[in-house]
Amino acid sequence: MNKKALTQQIIFWTFRIMSIMVVIVLFAILYFITIRGAQAISWDFLTKSPEEGMVKGGIFPAIIGTLYLIVGSLIFAFPIGVFSGIYLNEYLKDGKLKSFIQLMTNNLAGVPSIVFGLFGMALFVNRLHFGDSILAGSLTLGLLVLPIIIRTTEESLKSVDDSYRLASYAMGATKLYTIKKVVLPLAFPNVITGIILSIGRVSGETAAILFTVAAYFLPKLPHSIFDQVMALPYHLYVLTTSGTNIEASRPVAYGTAFVLVFIVLVTNVIANLIRNYFNKKYKA
Amino acid sequence: MKKIFEKIQVGILAGSSLVTSLTVILIIIFLFSEGIGMFHESQLEEGYVLTVNEANPVTEIDATSIKNIFDQNITNWKQLGGKDEEINLFSIDDLSDFYSDEQVGSDLEYLDTCMNDYVKNHENTLAYFPRKNLPENFHGKEIQVGSISVYNFVKGKDWLPSASPVAQLGVLPLLLGTLWVSLGAILLALPFGLACAIYMAEIAHPSVRKILKPIIELLAGIPSVVYGFFGLIVIVPLIQKLFHLDVGETALAGSIVLGIMALPTIVSIAEDAIRNVPNTMREASLAMGASQWQTIHKVVLPYAKSGILAGIVLGIGRAVGETMAVLMVTGNAANIPHSYLQPVRTIPATIAAELGEASYGGLHFKALFALGCILFLFTMILNIYVQLVLKKKRVK
Repeated sequence: MNKKALTQQIIFWTFRIMSIMVVIVLFAILYFITIRGAQAISWDFLTKSPEEGMVKGGIFPAIIGTLYLIVGSLIFAFPIGVFSGIYLNEYLKDGKLKSFIQLMTNNLAGVPSIVFGLFGMALFVNRLHFGDSILAGSLTLGLLVLPIIIRTTEESLKSVDDSYRLASYAMGATKLYTIKKVVLPLAFPNVITGIILSIGRVSGETAAILFTVAAYFLPKLPHSIFDQVMALPYHLYVLTTSGTNIEASRPVAYGTAFVLVFIVLVTNVIANLIRNYFNKKYKA
Repeated sequence: MKKIFEKIQVGILAGSSLVTSLTVILIIIFLFSEGIGMFHESQLEEGYVLTVNEANPVTEIDATSIKNIFDQNITNWKQLGGKDEEINLFSIDDLSDFYSDEQVGSDLEYLDTCMNDYVKNHENTLAYFPRKNLPENFHGKEIQVGSISVYNFVKGKDWLPSASPVAQLGVLPLLLGTLWVSLGAILLALPFGLACAIYMAEIAHPSVRKILKPIIELLAGIPSVVYGFFGLIVIVPLIQKLFHLDVGETALAGSIVLGIMALPTIVSIAEDAIRNVPNTMREASLAMGASQWQTIHKVVLPYAKSGILAGIVLGIGRAVGETMAVLMVTGNAANIPHSYLQPVRTIPATIAAELGEASYGGLHFKALFALGCILFLFTMILNIYVQLVLKKKRVK
């Protein structure tokens, strides 16, 4: 083997090993949380309120709270995101306005979540007097995931071949009718992936809900959209840093982390499956 | 009729597309209107007054001097532009040195009168007490305490927002803390991120890439609290043991956790950039007899340089703005960092930790919004830079 080939072999193997190390890191995280977290999971854990200063009992109110936030934020972000994606891809021509809107959307995606929290507190909680509430938290989280939904919608519309649109026009259909009856149904499975990824993001987001909705401890479930709720990620934070007895509440913390990771894992797998299925079906 | 209906529907679509731009503008308005407010707010602790005898020529004292007076570094009125007299400090905290419990009453109900007498009878006194105890016909005058200047905010070395009697709001330790942790994170993530991106784009078999890509995506999807939790139970104890420290919550722990979190951003953008290099470039190089590594090193990477840089910059943005994980593993001591084995405190962590205790609309509250402005501006600039770079690449 000559020197050139040898150098290449050494370098490629270095890259390979470093990539493997990245994979190991991921599995280390999953391992630590799954092994000890799975032991904490039981029917009671998922359906009971925290007890004895959050050392025992379950995380039911936090699961329900996170569900409320997922639904609340998507009710708001889903239509606006999809409409926005449609307008950007189907109506706006390439130009200054389009690139401005895309620049702003990408900027919004890059805003740190704690800044969303500050903004949500200033606008929804204080200025609009929603108080710490599901409404304020959902709106804040909705704005946070809006760029994800817009981007996936735009991309899925782009992947629909123009021949479908032209065929529809040739039949005498209007542009809006074509979008509704031809383009959207074809693109819809891919639009769904954006929503699924948003669910993963919303259920894990902490900094944005700290000052807009999250409650330290609430034994009862919310009655209206102006109530506070507990949420899984904030609950995990509380359990690990400021609980009444941090050591004793470790098993509950592992369990909560496990549920969070489980949600992210499932949403990611589903999103990937849909994407693969969709790509095979229409791009073959 | 049908046409009008269609017009309305298209109008709704157009309106929706403006929501993100509107949000960015609203964020700027709300963040900055609160944040800039801190520079108009008195630095004296809320609900308290500083008073002097009416004969005293001094009317205004700046926050640093007040701190020095309370620390006994300034002891003469002459140093503040007044008469050559010693400062007789009367602080509510040392009330028992001046009056007995009977004199002020068990619920401090006679404090008003006591303060009135004391300030009236002692020409050299500087009295610090709650505003609610300010007598109605007061025989003294209130000292104005200046607000913090932008210069002192940026250069100040102490972040003690609830210090008494004047809040110390120096952002320098937080700024340096953020930069240290983020820089460390990028230095750790960069070699692995680049290796991973090059491996996935150029070396790995497509089937291997098909496995690696979702793994990297999953890494990006794990919530930051879970990273913080992992850091707290695995990395923090490890650092404590390895370096024989008293506490493992250090800048290094923050950098490692943030490094892992910044990895997916760097990998996915750098990989995209490398894959976007036209195949003709590679083929031309290989046809010249260059090895695959030489082609990557001399042709592909230089071509993809700006895209890779964009990934790194975006990774930095992600690290700088990250809140929960850093809050959980860095120890949160607001000191100017000297070593990676010390606790530090970052800007986002400060906001998350303190906003709950800051009273609404007060100086501390506004100062935290000012921190938010810094964070927002920083990430915004990085973002716009990245998009310009990526766009230019696409046009080419």
